[in-house]
Amino acid sequence: MSEKACGCGCDGNRAAQFADLAPTLEKYAKVPGSLITILQKAQDIYGYLSPDAINYISEQTGIKPAKIYGVATFYAQFRLEPIGKYLIMLCKGTACHVNGADMIEEAISEHLNIADGETTEDGLFTLNNVACLGCCSLAPVMMVRSSEGDETYGNLTKDRVREVLDEIRKNAEVTA
Amino acid sequence: MRVVVGQGSCGVATGARKTAAEFEKQIADKGLGIDVTVTGCVGTCYLEPIVDVYEDNGDMTRYVKVQPENVEKIVDEHLAGGKKVEEQAIDDIDKEFVTKQERIVLRNCGIINPENIDEYIAVDGYKAIEKALTMKPEEVIEEMKASGLRGRGGAGFPTWFKWNAAKASPGNEKYLVCNADEGDPGAFMDRSVLEGDPHSLLEGMIIGGYAMGASEGIIYCRAEYPLAIKRLEIAMEQAREKGFLGKNIFDSGFDFDIRIKAGAGAFVCGEETALIASLEGERGMPRLKPPFPAAKGYWQKPTDINNVETLANVPWIIYNGGAAFAKYGTEKSPGTKVFALAGKIKKGGLVEVPMGMTIRDVIFGIGGGIKNDREFKAVQMGGPSGGCVPADLADTPVTYEDITKTGAIVGSGGMIVMDEDTCMVDMARYFLNFTRDESCGKCNYCRIGTKRMLEILERITEGKGEDGDIEKLEELAIKIKEGSLCGLGQTAPNPVLTTIKYFRNEYEDHIYNKTCTAKSCKALIQYKITDTCKGCTLCARNCPVDAIEGNVKELHKIDQDKCIKCGKCMDHCKFDAIIKE
Repeated sequence: MSEKACGCGCDGNRAAQFADLAPTLEKYAKVPGSLITILQKAQDIYGYLSPDAINYISEQTGIKPAKIYGVATFYAQFRLEPIGKYLIMLCKGTACHVNGADMIEEAISEHLNIADGETTEDGLFTLNNVACLGCCSLAPVMMVRSSEGDETYGNLTKDRVREVLDEIRKNAEVTA
Repeated sequence: MRVVVGQGSCGVATGARKTAAEFEKQIADKGLGIDVTVTGCVGTCYLEPIVDVYEDNGDMTRYVKVQPENVEKIVDEHLAGGKKVEEQAIDDIDKEFVTKQERIVLRNCGIINPENIDEYIAVDGYKAIEKALTMKPEEVIEEMKASGLRGRGGAGFPTWFKWNAAKASPGNEKYLVCNADEGDPGAFMDRSVLEGDPHSLLEGMIIGGYAMGASEGIIYCRAEYPLAIKRLEIAMEQAREKGFLGKNIFDSGFDFDIRIKAGAGAFVCGEETALIASLEGERGMPRLKPPFPAAKGYWQKPTDINNVETLANVPWIIYNGGAAFAKYGTEKSPGTKVFALAGKIKKGGLVEVPMGMTIRDVIFGIGGGIKNDREFKAVQMGGPSGGCVPADLADTPVTYEDITKTGAIVGSGGMIVMDEDTCMVDMARYFLNFTRDESCGKCNYCRIGTKRMLEILERITEGKGEDGDIEKLEELAIKIKEGSLCGLGQTAPNPVLTTIKYFRNEYEDHIYNKTCTAKSCKALIQYKITDTCKGCTLCARNCPVDAIEGNVKELHKIDQDKCIKCGKCMDHCKFDAIIKE
């Protein structure tokens, strides 16, 4: 696109901006019922769904941005804000609740100074409460997702969760 | 000889990957040439990481809680020396956790390598579909009818009936959808099957597809289960290579293929019509039935939806016959059911038992009773759609009918055990918070009613409950049940209704006496320092709001006006001098 038609504040060259999404769009853009799959891929690549991304997907699929926004806000998985390098998914399932997940949330919030849905200032951690990770016998549980993969931590205590977070931070500093 | 390391999500969470890597390293270093393979979850989650050592003659030694530091001893003494490491091996009592069960759905979980189709074939895998293809579709459905299998996802609808309805619907294009969006917090049997025995699900789907005349299967799987999706993809690829999926399966002329669609996190998508909307890329909102999905489902085509556990039963039923399945369980609730034992239980994990076993036998006989030998108070069954069954009904047999009579439901099989420290009003609040969040918003009563109920429950747990609150909750509960289109709203009030039914005194204590007997509701408790205080000052130093006063070696005191009840003082006290009242 040479001329800027979107008025969204981008530099106009969206095909280049979203080049990583091209194979997905090529495969799914015209397949009915594929919106969620496309959004999942976009989030995988960019970490969240930006207004630019939503507009671009709209152009490519012919689905109205309002509808995409409606779908994106309906499902718990989709995020409209960028996230930290490490996504902490704290399980708030029943077994975790009974075994003190609220206490663990408090410990994380205090230790990182963020609440559910927020990201630390250094952009390292985002805290997200999730419904159930299915590791109920190890409650309370959290999963930490990053480019290195998913790591699950069970039988958490306030002390243990602080240790884990410090360890992750230390490793991140070493690699950086 | 070979070493098998259990690597379901729960095993991995306790460090099984590190354990497996350590085995590989040690075996390589010592030049033993023994294979290390992977298996799913055997169900004894409380003993993870679990390592099985198989001798060449088939004998197996099970080692439990094997951390990397325990590996060297097993490698040196057992793998190299041929001598079992007794202190790391499973004891006889823990062995009973598995031997007391009847495993049909979980028959291969924790035994075979889920990433290797040959291991599934070696335990008669894909023989059921081979057999089914020699039968007429209606004979397959007849066999399912004889088994009496009912949907294991929650509603308990007879599986054969759904298959038959989809088969009877006119049209050539039909779909079989597997609901693997295990949404009930506290239930994880589907994850275990997907991770531990994905081929049994695929085979069940192929059989179902043949019976109803569908040519495409779709697995709608939770995005929170990345390992399950990965193993399913591997399994599907292998099944295609062997010709069990795709065109002309077993030269029968029957074509069937399966694809995975990852869910995006919405509890309401457990409802069939909402799930279909989600498959079509829409917001997952339910619609009025009829038409039922069997007539008009995915893209308006006849669609059958079954849950993972249901479908994983199918190969066993077809291979062994429906009558063999119906021998287990009771007349109206035949077969076995997998329960996820969690909460305040000694031995948490997955147990598969014949239906009709009592709640007590499951919790105490298999689960070993309550953690730290506390008092058993209640068990929550059926997740947010279910209810709390109190301890004095523990002799209720676990069947669809008997559990429904208590006000709870069998549901997908979550059993969250609670002890005297669990506040029942707080449990009701927890579930209402969940259903409020997950309500899709279509029906007013569900959308607004759950919010109003939650507000009342929050007030009660904050010590601001008023006379008439219980009645208001009951009134709203009935209206929400009547005024909601789908199962989510119709069952959302159940956790509140059952706790009011069995634990009304706790509600009254909160409202009228401003006390929480479980000492769990923060607003209604006080931290106090007793005479056992040695004056070490640790509590005062750790109090975030400086609410604790006292000199060194003197009794300390908490200023209740300043205290924010964070419990830090209690965590730090080395003399157990701080109590909750």
